[in-house]
Amino acid sequence: MERSPPQSPGPGKAGDAPNRRSGHVRGARVLSPPGRRARLSSPGPSRSSEAREELRSRLLGLIERSRVVIFSKSYCPHSTRVKELFSSLGVECNVLELDQVDDGARVQEVLSEITNQKTVPNIFVNKVHVGGCDQTFQAYQSGLLQKLLQEDSAYDYDLIIIGGGSGGLSCAKEAAILGKKVMVLDFVVPSPQGTSWGLGGTCVNVGCIPKKLMHQAALLGQALCDSRKFGWEYNQQVRHNWETMTKAIQNHISSLNWGYRLSLREKAVAYVNSYGEFVEHHKIKATNKKGQETYYTAAQFVIATGERPRYLGIQGDKEYCITSDDLFSLPYCPGKTLVVGASYVALECAGFLAGFGLDVTVMVRSILLRGFDQEMAEKVGSYMEQHGVKFLRKFIPVMVQQLEKGSPGKLKVLAKSTEGTETIEGVYNTVLLAIGRDSCTRKIGLEKIGVKINEKSGKIPVNDVEQTNVPYVYAVGDILEDKPELTPVAIQSGKLLAQRLFGASLEKCDYINVPTTVFTPLEYGCCGLSEEKAIEVYKKENLEVRLYTIYFNCEFAVNGSDRVIGFHILGPNAGEVTQGFAAAMKCGLTKQLLDDTIGIHPTCGEVGNRRF
Amino acid sequence: MAAMAVALRGLGGRFRWRTQAVAGGVRGAARAGQRDYDLLVVGGGSGGLACAKEAAQLGRKVAVVDYVEPSPQGTRWGLGGTCVNVGCIPKKLMHQAALLGGLIQDAPNYGWEVAQPVPHDWRKMAEAVQNHVKSLNWGHRVQLQDRKVKYFNIKASFVDEHTVCGVAKGGKEILLSADHIIIATGGRPRYPTHIEGALEYGITSDDIFWLKESPGKTWHPTDVALECAGFLTGIGLDTTIMMRSIPLRGFDQQMSSMVIEHMASHGTRFLRGCAPSRVRRLPDGQLQVTWEDCTTGKEDTGTFDTVLWAIGRVPDTRSLNLEKAGVDTSPDTQKILVDSREATSVPHIYAVGDVVEGRPELTPTAIMAGRLLVQRLFGGSSDLMDYDNVPTTVFTPLEYGCVGLSEEEAVAHHGQEHVEVYHAHYKPLEFTVAGRDASQCYVKMVCLREPPQLVLGLHFLGPNAGEVTQGFALGIKCGASYAQVMRTVGIHPTCSEEVVKLRISKRSGLDPTVTGC
Repeated sequence: MERSPPQSPGPGKAGDAPNRRSGHVRGARVLSPPGRRARLSSPGPSRSSEAREELRSRLLGLIERSRVVIFSKSYCPHSTRVKELFSSLGVECNVLELDQVDDGARVQEVLSEITNQKTVPNIFVNKVHVGGCDQTFQAYQSGLLQKLLQEDSAYDYDLIIIGGGSGGLSCAKEAAILGKKVMVLDFVVPSPQGTSWGLGGTCVNVGCIPKKLMHQAALLGQALCDSRKFGWEYNQQVRHNWETMTKAIQNHISSLNWGYRLSLREKAVAYVNSYGEFVEHHKIKATNKKGQETYYTAAQFVIATGERPRYLGIQGDKEYCITSDDLFSLPYCPGKTLVVGASYVALECAGFLAGFGLDVTVMVRSILLRGFDQEMAEKVGSYMEQHGVKFLRKFIPVMVQQLEKGSPGKLKVLAKSTEGTETIEGVYNTVLLAIGRDSCTRKIGLEKIGVKINEKSGKIPVNDVEQTNVPYVYAVGDILEDKPELTPVAIQSGKLLAQRLFGASLEKCDYINVPTTVFTPLEYGCCGLSEEKAIEVYKKENLEVRLYTIYFNCEFAVNGSDRVIGFHILGPNAGEVTQGFAAAMKCGLTKQLLDDTIGIHPTCGEVGNRRF
Repeated sequence: MAAMAVALRGLGGRFRWRTQAVAGGVRGAARAGQRDYDLLVVGGGSGGLACAKEAAQLGRKVAVVDYVEPSPQGTRWGLGGTCVNVGCIPKKLMHQAALLGGLIQDAPNYGWEVAQPVPHDWRKMAEAVQNHVKSLNWGHRVQLQDRKVKYFNIKASFVDEHTVCGVAKGGKEILLSADHIIIATGGRPRYPTHIEGALEYGITSDDIFWLKESPGKTWHPTDVALECAGFLTGIGLDTTIMMRSIPLRGFDQQMSSMVIEHMASHGTRFLRGCAPSRVRRLPDGQLQVTWEDCTTGKEDTGTFDTVLWAIGRVPDTRSLNLEKAGVDTSPDTQKILVDSREATSVPHIYAVGDVVEGRPELTPTAIMAGRLLVQRLFGGSSDLMDYDNVPTTVFTPLEYGCVGLSEEEAVAHHGQEHVEVYHAHYKPLEFTVAGRDASQCYVKMVCLREPPQLVLGLHFLGPNAGEVTQGFALGIKCGASYAQVMRTVGIHPTCSEEVVKLRISKRSGLDPTVTGC
């Protein structure tokens, strides 16, 4: 932040303020010289974006160098209260009276970009944005303010990140690149079946990566069948070997774990394989595998602990059932499998297991793929049914019993209807639970420092700069309330967060029109609104929504202004297809443009460009 | 490979339209208002059929004439033109066969217990591909019938500017007149007739997809037949490509050379800077090819089972008697000259597809241009075809998809200092477990350097390049900037997400290898 912008002749440069022309008002230094109006930005005909940029960097510089900064207005009673508070604590602070400087309005604008707070007073203590008057008094009452006022050099780190998954790692690396002292705490609590893994979080170890590889293995099984029709000759019945596949996939994952450690080391990020929990403001306790406890402090924190699979809470579930945490490294073939749930995790796992030739049943409580377009979700389901996956609709398990031990053993599952009193029984080798995921936010001491969570979901509400209600604590990834639970989103938001905290960036993570793909046997890619959601959203505003369906597998929703607001496609390589369409939607794709763009022949992407 | 062609032998006599059915049994030129048809389409390929169907839907009286002149090797096919019969469709299917060969090799790594190597049977593949093509021929005829488009399997030539004379297989002549005529006769492969033995012993893409037996050891003196060589290598044949100069002329040269690099590393042999001089048949039936090294002048020979010429295509305009109608063609290329409304030098005669000078030779382009033309003629539209930013994909073993400008074109139009190229070497996730080499998996985005850094071109080398490129083509149509593409969240784990993660510019000189997520 030590940049000195060129050609800035304006008197009363903010950065120089503590040394000159500062008077004292109620124990606080005032930046604006009496009798003369200060300017914070250089005057002249410079382009407004440049001037704005310059002003911003000056403000950040001021914040960086001051113990306490109060952006205030001289007539504002709330500002006065805050000034009096600091005065009573005997703390000297820099006060900038926005009504007494020439460009006060612009300062306030830029401040609102930086802090997302439009009003004064606006208080920073040791570089941390505390907030307005009420937040400052709350912080004072909770002791946070006193803590913040302590010398910041007393902290061990600039940033401690709890959780070494996609979001946490991207944030850590970016902060380190920007020259900060960063620590990552990552600890995998073993699953009830005892499965644990290395650095990298869900995506790498028990999510996207092994899932997509197993999906690929299943697709290869299909390709082998196809290949005979294309002239490839082999006669033997081809069998699938679970152990060979799993070993190959786990080898790849180990290399990724190693890669992450290496890249943290290269960037001088401290990596500690310990469980982190807050014990007091700015202080965290790290407990390692052996139970040894170490304490670390930091100026700022990012929570990126992610989620873990949910259990049913019925007899036998934790003892005998597995989850996606266990499946990808299962040392034996799961055999006849019952998948409980209709989340994308459930359908993806059921899809590839069936692709290996296993007998797979999916038990569904209500609908498939909640939150996704239901017409497409049903098509995903019926394609799976045609390819041998059995569906038990409107049933929930009530008990799981072990009949035989073994690898795999034999389990008896008792299930009851959600609509009546009917119960059914089935015997399976493996029961895989995929009924949802719970945020890992309840056992990390958040209550000790007052970070609010949604008590029901365990998710952490944040503002649009990923800040929690405790100003120095941020959160990224799957634990955020109302945000997509996707690796690339976590990576993007973690990286942008670090750039905003420690760099010269203001860019916020854009959670609109995030594309995603469900890797079921027939892949389902989507971006934007589902049909149901589109109708719901636009009905309220009394706008027309038109839907276009091309063949059976691709649909668009278009709003009244012809803008494409939802894109859904089912088919091979749906992920590859959807990505570009998502980029186009970011650029304001309209139906007219869609009609006018020429397809690539013959590809599946071309379908989207056919006329309706 | 490209769009339409002359096309058509038909599927036998069952659906041949009786000539008596032609209104008025026209003899000689008819006057306006008395002509047989509102629209006559010459050529039943992608572009021609699109025109005919669109016009019929708009309630017009339409006829299509189509005829496939057998190739010098005697290969002929049905309705639908180049794309369906000897282009995109059989090519992509054979490309798929080759890809499946690669997947079979991957399968053991993913736990499938397949004994290697797995042999390939050309006959089985060819039969399956040909059956599919025949079903498409059939489908086209049914569609025409459903829409009441008259279809004539005749070889057409102009009598005057409103009248075409058609000769049926039996030699019978009929005259057809129309208010509007669209020429969509496409092109056919060029033969190097100056090379001894080229015509007698060589085949072209017109023949390869219809071969009953495996072409065996093949030799492609070419700079465009990379796709054919790719799938032939992929199904296990010994394949050699001879190139006189650069591969994939008109495409981005960095990408093109990576395509070649990949093919070479997967077993296709290349003889660069050589030109063939003669082909002879040896007593054992094999073909002996003699060529000359263009730099040293040294002669060399090799023996092959098949010689496939892929040295470009010529428009099918010569037998049309265009001068009778007064339609101008380019003296260099013999292609038809049209304006932005696809009109030729004769206002009511139009041309679409590969037969037109200066247009991309692509099926979807021909279809869209044809439809828009007919909508302008009969549907009250004024929308012109936009030939900019047409996406395309080369289905080489590692597919190459692109849209917009190549790096060379961008630099030529805007100057080196105004162009920023973002690029990345990436490794598809599926390659890791399969232990495949990903050295040539590469993506680059050519942008203007000035903010907001408009995207000028996208080039993608990797699996499913066609699928990846399609949506981004839409983005570029929407005026995408680099920043907008970067703000798009990726879909994990796919290859296409590499496009929205392009952070390294060529100018920075940093290593563009993607590591980790």
